[in-house]
Formats: sequence, C-alpha cells, structure tokens
Amino acid sequence: LTLIPLALIANLQIKGVLAMRFGAILLTTAAMVSAASAAEVNVYTAREPKLIEPVLKAFSEETGIKTNVVFVRDGLEERIRSEGANSPADVIVQVDFSRLVQAKEMGITQPANSPALAGLVPAAYRDADGHWFASTLRARVVYASKDRVKEQTLTYENLADPKWRGRICIRDGQNAYNTSLFAAMTARVGAEKAEAWLRGLRANLAKKPSGGDRDVAKDIAAGACDIGLANTYYLGLMLNNEPERKPWADAVRPILATFEGGGTHVNISGAALAKHAPNRASAVRLMEWMAGDKAQALYARQNFEHPIRASVELDPTVKAFGELKADQTPLADIARQRKTASELVDKVNFNAGPAT
Amino acid sequence: LSREFAQTAAFRRRDPLWVALIAALCALAPVISLAIVALRDGGAGGRWIATLGPAFSETSQLLGGVLLLTSLVGVGCGWLVARFEFPGRGILAFALVLPFATPTYIAAYCYIDFLDFFGPVQTALRKLLGVSLAREYWFPGFRNMGGAVVIVGLVLYPYVYLATRAALTLQGSSLVDTARSLGRGEGAAFLAVALPVIWPALAAALSLVAFETLNDIGAVQYLGVNTLTAAIYATWLNRGGLGDAAVIALSALALVIGLISLERMVRRQRRFQLTARPARPMGRVRLTGAPAWLASLACALPVALGFGIPFFVLFSAVVADGVGASLSATFLRAALNSLLIATATTLLVMSIAALAALAGRFSRSALTPPALRVAAFGYALPGTVLVLGLMPVLGGFDELVNRASLALGGPRLGLILGSSVGAVVLACLIRFLAVGLEQTQAALGAISPNTDHAAATLGCGRLRHARDVLLPTILPALAGAALLVFVDTLKELPATLLLRPLNFETLATTLYGDASRGSFEDGAMAGLLIMLAGLAPLVLVNRMIERRPEGVRRSARS
Repeated sequence: LTLIPLALIANLQIKGVLAMRFGAILLTTAAMVSAASAAEVNVYTAREPKLIEPVLKAFSEETGIKTNVVFVRDGLEERIRSEGANSPADVIVQVDFSRLVQAKEMGITQPANSPALAGLVPAAYRDADGHWFASTLRARVVYASKDRVKEQTLTYENLADPKWRGRICIRDGQNAYNTSLFAAMTARVGAEKAEAWLRGLRANLAKKPSGGDRDVAKDIAAGACDIGLANTYYLGLMLNNEPERKPWADAVRPILATFEGGGTHVNISGAALAKHAPNRASAVRLMEWMAGDKAQALYARQNFEHPIRASVELDPTVKAFGELKADQTPLADIARQRKTASELVDKVNFNAGPAT
Repeated sequence: LSREFAQTAAFRRRDPLWVALIAALCALAPVISLAIVALRDGGAGGRWIATLGPAFSETSQLLGGVLLLTSLVGVGCGWLVARFEFPGRGILAFALVLPFATPTYIAAYCYIDFLDFFGPVQTALRKLLGVSLAREYWFPGFRNMGGAVVIVGLVLYPYVYLATRAALTLQGSSLVDTARSLGRGEGAAFLAVALPVIWPALAAALSLVAFETLNDIGAVQYLGVNTLTAAIYATWLNRGGLGDAAVIALSALALVIGLISLERMVRRQRRFQLTARPARPMGRVRLTGAPAWLASLACALPVALGFGIPFFVLFSAVVADGVGASLSATFLRAALNSLLIATATTLLVMSIAALAALAGRFSRSALTPPALRVAAFGYALPGTVLVLGLMPVLGGFDELVNRASLALGGPRLGLILGSSVGAVVLACLIRFLAVGLEQTQAALGAISPNTDHAAATLGCGRLRHARDVLLPTILPALAGAALLVFVDTLKELPATLLLRPLNFETLATTLYGDASRGSFEDGAMAGLLIMLAGLAPLVLVNRMIERRPEGVRRSARS
C-alpha cells in the first residue's frame, strides 16, 4: 500500500506534470465553449448566494432566462478587469455603494440606457450615467438595550457624548458598513469635525471593536454594553429566522438614528452592467427585474432590507423598525470621502478600542 | 572529493537547475505582476508604511504568541508520541493532526460561539452562580489578542507536531537513545541532541505557521486584531488603492524573506547529517503510572480544544437543522469539487516539490538554492494578494491567445486559463508549493551526501538513486507534507473564491457564502465535511510514519 504513492511520486516526470496542466486547460476550454448558448445571464455577485438565489430563481421562472452565478467578495472588480474583453460577466451585484462607484471608475461597467430602470430607481440611488442602480437600502442604526436605555431618538453626533462613556459596542472600524457611515459624516461636517467625532466615539467604546453586527446585539443582551451601531436587517433576521439568536434581538430595540439636521445613513446593495457583457439584453432585463416590485418584496422578505421606493409595501418586521428617513447626502459625495474616513479610523486609532 | 564525484559518469549529466527555475518562475509571476501594480499605482504606498506602527506591533504580538504556543504544543506532543508509549497513544498520534482541518476563521466563530456569554460554558456558569449579567462575574474575553493567539495557535500547531514527529521518527530517536545510553536524561538528551538535528524540519514548520498567521484575515478581523494583512485590506478596499496595498504587501514579503534568510544563514553554520539508514531505533519507552496519564492528558488537551470545540459547535448546528437539510445534490457536487481540486493540487505540489528538492540536491549550480527559495514565495503573501497578482497574468495570457485566434481569422475564444478550475489548481500550487518543498528539502538535507557519492561510485544513476534510496528514506516527511497540502487546499479560500468559474462551488466556498452572512451554522455541514475529509489521508499518513520498525521497549522507569 505504501509503495503506491511512492511510485506515483517517483514516476511522475516533468512531462507528466505538463501534460496534466495542459489537460486542465483543454477541459476548461471545452467548458467555456459549451457555456456560451442563448438566453442566459452571468451574474458576478458579492451578495451571498443564499440571499440572491431566491431573486434569481424567480427571475428565471418568469423570463425563462437561465442565470449563472459566481459569488466573489473582495477582488470581484479586479477579477473582471483581469478577464478584460473575454469576461463572461454580465451583471455585477454589490452590497456597498463604494464598490459600485469604484467599478465604474475602473472602467469595467457601461451605461444600461434603460428608461425603465431610471423610472424605477430614485435618482439618489443610481449612477448619474446609468452604470449602476440600487436594489435595496441598508440603514445603519443604533441598537439600544430595552432595559438600560431610555432615549427614543438619537443622532449619530450624540454617540460622541461623554454620557455614553464605556457603553458603546461596534465592529471593526475599517469594515465597509462603518467606513461608509464615517464617510457620510465626513461629507456632512468635514474631516476635522469628523475626526473629533470619531475620537469621541472611540472614547465611549465599551471594548475593542470586533465581531459582526449581530455581536452588537449579543453584547448588549449580555450586558457588556448598552448601545451599538449595526444595520437594521440583522435584527429582522435574528427575530424571524434564527431562533438561537432571538434572545439577543429581544434584548434590543432599533433607534433609527439620524445626522443632526439630516436623516439616517443608508448604504445600498445594487447592480451594475458589465462593460463587456456578452448577454447585454438579458442583463438589462435582470437589472430591471431586480428593481421591480416582485424582487423588492422578495428582498424584504428574504433579508429584511428596506425597498428602494416608498411605494413598495414594507415587510411587517421592517415596518416595526420605525419610519426610515434616509439621509439625502448624495452617495457620490460620500464615496469621495471614503478614503479620508478610512484614514481617520487609523489616525484616531479607532480599532485599539477605548483608551486606557 | 565532491567535485571528483561530480565528474563520474552517473553525475555528469545536464545540471537539473532548470527544474528549480521553473518552480521559481511559477511563484515569481504573481509577485512580478504585483510589483508592476505597485510601481504604477503605488505612489502613496510609502506614506502608508509610516502609519503602520500599531499594525506592526499587533502583528508581532500575534506572531510571537502563536509561534510560542505552536512550538510548545507541537514539539511537546510530537516528542511524547515519537518517544513514548502511553494510554491512548495510538489514537492520539493521529488525532493530534485533526485541528488543522478547521479554517481559522471558522475556528474563531466556533470558539466565540462556545465561549461567549450565550455559549454553553458561560450559561452553565451563570446557572451555577445564580447570576444573569456579564458584569456580575468574571470570564475571560476571547475577542482580543489573547483569544486570537489561542485560537490560531490551536489550529496551526499540527504543522509543528507533524514535522517534529516525522523528524524524530526518521532520525532523532536513535540519537536520543545513544545519548541516553551514555547517561543523559530523556529531556536533556532531547534538547542537546535531537533538537539540533530536527531543527531544519522544525524551522520549516514554524515558518509555515508564521506565514499562515501573518496572512489570516477572517479570524483576525472577527477577533479584533489589527494585523498588517488587515492594513493591506483596508488600504486596498477603503482607500481605493491596490497599488498602495501592493507596496505594503511586498514590503512585508521582503521583511519575511529577510528573516528567513537570516535563519538559514545561521543554520548553515551548524549542519547535521545522518546516513541514509539510521541505526535501528530501540523503540518507544513505555510510561507507567502518573507520567503515563499526564502524557495522555497533554496530548488529548490540544485535540479536545482544537478539534473538539469546533466539531461540537458545528455538529450541534447540523443536528439542530436536521442532517438531511444540507445534503442536496448541489452540496454533494461541491464536496466532489473540493476533493478534485485538493487531489490535483496535492499530486502536483508533491511531484514538483520532490523533483525540485532532488534538483536542489543534485545541482551544482549556484543559482539553484535561491531559485528554490523563490519557489516558496507563494506562501509568504496573503492568499488574496497573491491571487490579485496572478489574475492579470492569466488574463494577459488569455488575451494573447484570443488575439492570435482573431488574427488567424478564428473566433474570440473567451476565457481559457483565467477563472477556471485549472486556474484554481495553479494558484493553489503556487500557494502551497512551499508546504511541500520546505518539508521535502528539510528531510533530504538530513541525508548525508556520502550516500550520493556511494551511489555514483556503484554506477547507480541519479533517478534510480532517488527512487530507491532518497525518496523511500524521506517517505514519512513526504507523506506528512502531502497531508498538509491536501487539507490546506480543502480549506483554501481566496484562490478558489476568486478564480473559480461560474456555477462552481466547493465546500470552502459554500461555507464562506454562509459564514459571510454571519450565519456560519448554516454552513456547518460543509465545515464538518472539510474537517472530516482529511481523515482518510490522515489515517494513511499515520500508518506510513508508524510503519518504521519500532519495537516497544519494556521499561518500568523512565
């Protein structure tokens, strides 16, 4: 028995190795050729498979267009750029507007030229040149302990108030959800005031930033802190779909925090049309479908995110979060401040946690 | 003398330098591509490095802690298993490798799930104490540096354990026996005689631990440790600059390579070699009484912590969902894909590693040793960064072929090498070549060159010499390395995630898809299968190491 692997190792000459690799090339070539048939659309998504599958399945059932999916998180844009003109990518689905803005800047997208899409997606939530369109809104709000916090409303600015010293939980400051909020603050008040605010927020932290958004609810339920920053839909997921985490969600209530004189910070998930889309017509059709009422309702039911239009009926859980007044700072302005915000996080040493 | 032997007929063939050069070129391609990105877009990179003080300090702490923990656990258990007979030794000998199969970020999720406020441990504790809030009692937190050291260390120590055990079984034991027969105690004999001999294998294993720790992103971000890799990610994703990120990544690479070269230079001054056939070891010492049970406990603890806890958490999740819930056709296909990629990568890595290491031994060219060091670069870069470097190379190749096709009046062929299963295997090969190469070289290096000379004198060709003498001698090390590559590929994420074609999932990508939604327990079945898929090769490898003739020595006192 032991001789078999030995013989394999000893007898595999360089020729054999090269033949194997060439074999792999031939196989993939054959696979690519057979994949290029009609009525298909290729989706490169940073939205997790289980969250996008129901929407794509419903789309295929209604239109008969087959969807091929690859889920990639960091590096999705770089992959499409490297594939160049040979890229099979039709639609790029992202869960952070900065990535959509960057995809356009990298030159891997093209205008959809779809009046239908422009009609379905409010101007605030789409690219001015029609390269990308939002599918859902993701509000970043305050989770507050039901037992230990009396406040019914809060501003993001309030979070730097010393009365919250040692009472706030948050995930990694460089996480996209956080830098997005910090960038929005920077866009509103400028880098200097945003830095002072970040210092105040850091000073109020109960512990070193870590974990995910669900862990904010968990830490509050455990009594490790009293309030924290997180996206609304995690609350919906824990309340409805995750019985083992329901006690965490039950311990907190959402406060739809706003900027002073503004609204609640929302990030978006959305879709862009790939520059070399081989199935352009199907791709635009999918993007239109994602902005339509059916998909909007599916998104809400699936992941408890807010729909892009006020006219779409809200899921009861989402409705119970309270009325969302989204901040009106243009996403493009916020995207421009992302880099500064990320630098500020390091400058105030945010991730080191509360100063000792 | 060496030079004279090199002139003999059997050795007067073409110098096998080219094998090392090909291996080096594979690893160098993505690095060069990154260097181009760094030079083109990385203007501000230098400025970032100045801001990396905190990241540097946290990285050093993490690295120091993990290296210390993996050394203690890995060398300690490796020594116990190789030298002694104690209750449960047979099963513990291979169970000690099990923790390696858990991806670090999954280990982190599982640990926090298990040990946090709502986990079974603290819930039981609260019941016992009759309290309800975290502030009413003390319990250590694990979402911090200490937690990261423990969690990462418990998953990575098997590198050190396997290397120690294989090296001791291969060479060290007979030396320790000799030293003991001359009146040294077991511990002193181990430290004074065996440790220097197994050091090359140990250093190789520790460098792999260091690379994997340095390059982790999922676990450190979740546990709130801000390493250099986290800084590379923040620079790349939040500051819109792959160029700046490439500058930091390449600087870190240069630093790491500098440290490794330093270690090699120091090592070169103290080189130990053995004959191909070491004196037959006298066998393991049978422990009795309290020492025996302490040995069992010492080896069982890392298994319980490193494998038991993640397994318990994932298994409970699978049971809670119903075992059948996740076993769809898609899932089984993912499992098959994982096995396919892991098997192909392991065969390629071990073939190339064995050939390259042999080339390193037979080549007289001054270029060969540096070429082999370059071939191991792939593991010293964060996986995602390596793949970001590789992608333009693959894309460029595809575009060339497409243009050629168009120029010849043919069709546009689309992707050929880019975003394919072949690309995934190629990336894994580049990433994990170091794992195979380091261990193979360390094992080969321990065999005296006299055997080569003897073989040459007897007219035995290099290939026959390699096949009949060298490779069989280092078989335990080869098998151990193959196992590491196999399991490493099974749990590999960045290359598979970034390079796989449409509609192609593996166990690792399925698990990540669920984990990145924050509900890793939905992917529990995939996680369990990754942990268990390594079992079959593990049993095989264990038998190969144990196969060495070792009678159990009967001894009441030791």
